[in-house]
Amino acid sequence: MKFELTSSEITPTALLSALDDTAAGACVTFEGRVRSQNEGRAVLALEYEAYAPLAQKEGERILSEAAARFSVLGIACVHRTGRLVLGDLAVWVAVTSKHRAEAFEASRYVIDQVKARVPIWKKEHYSDGSTGWINCAPSGPAGPAPA
Amino acid sequence: MKKTVLVRYFAILREQRGLGEEQVSTSAATARDLYEELRGLHRFTLPSGNVRVALNDEFGPWESEIRSGDALAFLPPVAGG
Repeated sequence: MKFELTSSEITPTALLSALDDTAAGACVTFEGRVRSQNEGRAVLALEYEAYAPLAQKEGERILSEAAARFSVLGIACVHRTGRLVLGDLAVWVAVTSKHRAEAFEASRYVIDQVKARVPIWKKEHYSDGSTGWINCAPSGPAGPAPA
Repeated sequence: MKKTVLVRYFAILREQRGLGEEQVSTSAATARDLYEELRGLHRFTLPSGNVRVALNDEFGPWESEIRSGDALAFLPPVAGG
C-alpha cells in the first residue's frame, strides 16, 4: 500500500510491477490526465501545488480506509505536483484483488476521496493567457466543513 | 499577550499574500481569529467558511486555541486529481 507525491513524470509500468501478485485475478488502474478544456475554456497547462506533509498523511489514510472497506490485495496512488501539459498523467490509482468487483470499487473510492480531501490545488493556464485556481472563486462551492 | 506563530499559505492565498510562509505576531486566540485578522490585512477573497485550517500538520477545528510556536496552514478548497 503506497501513496506518493511526485514532481516527476508518473510511469505506470514501473509502479505496476510493485503490485505483482499471482493471487490477484484483477488489477484496475485509473489515470487522471490533463485535458484541453475546462468549463468551456481552452486549457494549455496546469500547475499542482501540495501541502506535502498533510497530503501524504491524508493520502495514506485514504488507502488504509480503502483496504479496510474492500477486500483488496494491493493499492497504490501517485499524484503529481508542479507544471503539467496536456495529456500528462496527473494522478494514477491501481488496485489489485482476487476478483474484479473489489478492485473497481476500491479504485473508485480512492480517486473520489483523493479529489475531495487531499490538500492539493490546481491552477489552470488558459489559451488567452489568464490563469485560475480551481474551486477558489469566493462565490464558488464551499469547502469541506471544518473538522 | 502576543504570541508568534508560523503561518503557511497555499494556492490562491499564497498568491494573495505574496509569500508561502511567514512568522506572525498576533494576539488572536483561535485559528479563526487569526485567519480573520490576516484576511482583513491582506484582503483574502476566501471567507473562512471556504477555507480549512491545519495546526502542526494536521487538520484542526477553527476554534483551536493557538500557542506560541504553533505552525498553522490555511487551506483553500482542494482540487487534486
